Amino acid sequence: MATAPESAHSSNGGGLIGWIDQRFPLTKLWKEQVAEYYAPKNFNFWYYFGSLALLILVNQLVTGIFLTMNYKPSSAEAFSSIEYIMRDVDWGWLIRYLHSTGASAFFIVVYLHMFRALLYGSHRKPRELIWIFGCLIFLLLMAEGFMGYVLPWGNMSYWGAQVIVSLFGSLPVIGQSLVEWIRGDYYIADATLNRFFALHVAALPLALIFLVIAHLMALHEVGSNNPDGIEIHEHEDAEGHPLDGIPFHPYYTVKDLVGVAGFLLLFCAVIFFAPTFGGLFLESANFEPANALQTPPHIAPVWYFTPFYAMLRAVPSFAGTQVWGVLVMGASIVVLFFVPWLDRSPVRSIRYRGPIYKVMLTIFVLSFISLGICGLKPPAGIYPTLAKVCTILYFAFFLLMPWYTKFDSVKPVPERVSGHA
Amino acid sequence: MLKSWVLITLAFLGAGSAWPSEGDIALLPAGADIRDTESLQRGARNYMNYCSGCHSLKYLRYNRLAADLKIPDSELPANLMFTSDKTFDTINSAMPKDSEGWFGKQPPDLSLIARARGVDYLYSYLKGFYVDKTRPWGVNNLYLPSAAMPDVLAQLHGLQKPVFKNEPDDSGSARMVLVGVDAMTPGAMKPEEYDRFVRDIANFLDYAGEPVKDKRQSMGIFVTLFLLVFFVFAYLLKKEYWKDVH
Repeated sequence: MATAPESAHSSNGGGLIGWIDQRFPLTKLWKEQVAEYYAPKNFNFWYYFGSLALLILVNQLVTGIFLTMNYKPSSAEAFSSIEYIMRDVDWGWLIRYLHSTGASAFFIVVYLHMFRALLYGSHRKPRELIWIFGCLIFLLLMAEGFMGYVLPWGNMSYWGAQVIVSLFGSLPVIGQSLVEWIRGDYYIADATLNRFFALHVAALPLALIFLVIAHLMALHEVGSNNPDGIEIHEHEDAEGHPLDGIPFHPYYTVKDLVGVAGFLLLFCAVIFFAPTFGGLFLESANFEPANALQTPPHIAPVWYFTPFYAMLRAVPSFAGTQVWGVLVMGASIVVLFFVPWLDRSPVRSIRYRGPIYKVMLTIFVLSFISLGICGLKPPAGIYPTLAKVCTILYFAFFLLMPWYTKFDSVKPVPERVSGHA
Repeated sequence: MLKSWVLITLAFLGAGSAWPSEGDIALLPAGADIRDTESLQRGARNYMNYCSGCHSLKYLRYNRLAADLKIPDSELPANLMFTSDKTFDTINSAMPKDSEGWFGKQPPDLSLIARARGVDYLYSYLKGFYVDKTRPWGVNNLYLPSAAMPDVLAQLHGLQKPVFKNEPDDSGSARMVLVGVDAMTPGAMKPEEYDRFVRDIANFLDYAGEPVKDKRQSMGIFVTLFLLVFFVFAYLLKKEYWKDVH
């Protein structure tokens, strides 16, 4: 009797799932990626931000789709269409606030997620590619955030776009033509808004989704790091499961659910009680329509760009060009990609590192936050000096890393992970 | 260790936001309350009678306003609708398109003015006019120097004169600095009556800036309560599952 050969990756189950499994690796994917993906049992607070970033990505995609249904990407109608969404579309205000607050939440969560990697050495071999994919996601997220901020076509949208796009003009030789090419016009205009819309709703989200998948595939290939920074797969049971590992589902799905609940409490508090967040998440100047003849009293990018904006402003012009600030700002992102190779410490986790790394990381965090504050303030008083000092400290953290991580003292690393949260 | 890090970071953030920003003349607190429906109703009446001739509210519809402010639709045409007879229309001004020459600029739409400038600013602005012979309309404003708007409420609050103070500048030489306004002639309203009149307008414009604001905040309480319960159940579920992890 001829029966279909039992394929290697089919499940034993019948029914619909069995039918699908003979044609598509559904059960196999579920087991490999979730139910039998063993994660270290000692994840702590800092490990919530990966799943939260994914939650926010989904939130941005879903609310973004609904916003697109009523938004008009034209310089004549964009501003009014946002107010139409806020006032006349059923629940439009909620969808819009979910999206605008989601943008800020995305950056908060991603910054904490990246900080976690610096705490526990999550970027170290063999996880360099996870880190690089992550840096690319961060870079795309900045582009996505910037273009999304232009779409409401408020006056801050307009002048923010004007300032950021004109940065490319400082590049030698190609600068001016490059700026024209980006804008599609001789000034920030309808053509600019149209292409930013296309990039914001189609090109960049698509690239982001692919990169997030690559980020997770690389992670599940090598396994997660943990707060002790040691490999759990060095101690396995008879079946080949790590002794200090637990299946992602159900253990981390229920644990991440607690993280989701905590996050939503804060997230919804902002949406329902302070959606502009004191002018940080939605700037007050952006409630006036774009006006090419009148600049806002003080142009500042949204808060999540301000550390980089402060570095841009901190660098003085030299040899008759402003390009150095742009290069420094670019370098501040590029340097992130090299962290796995800059870090020469024999241990991964901060728990077993010496005092120098702890001091350097603290200085780095403080200087990054200070830069963020400097970028929000007009360049007067102590802020220009503070920004210069913090720019140097920011780069010192990365560029001196090969030396201070090498010479720093270390504590003995345990064989097995210590406890669970 | 980690906890102290978080504390340091938070302390730093707190210090950051507490740094004073060098400002102009401090705004007067409006004390407006978006839940005070009677104040909003008075504000709508004041706005329609004194402001809407020049300033549109092009993102707000008459029937939305009526529903939110608990005004019967039947009262709209006689009391609030002066530029339209359709209750679903947006609130337009009586200004012709080419009125720019009248005041030097088109009177701005005020739908979002409260979101752009704040309620306290609106309250202060309407109390900030003073006599200034150098300006086209004979008045200037403490909170918006060189304001193009005439003091249309002068008849209600009376004329005000500027108050100057001698302050040494950086080089030490004295100069006159505008620090406030003072009553010059009495108006049709007592000062506290006028304050209420202006507060109601500011409150109404706050409503007009985001009509859903009141509903949003009251919904937020239920959403928060739900999420608190959800958090507790999620935590208990996690504890139950993690009992056997050692």
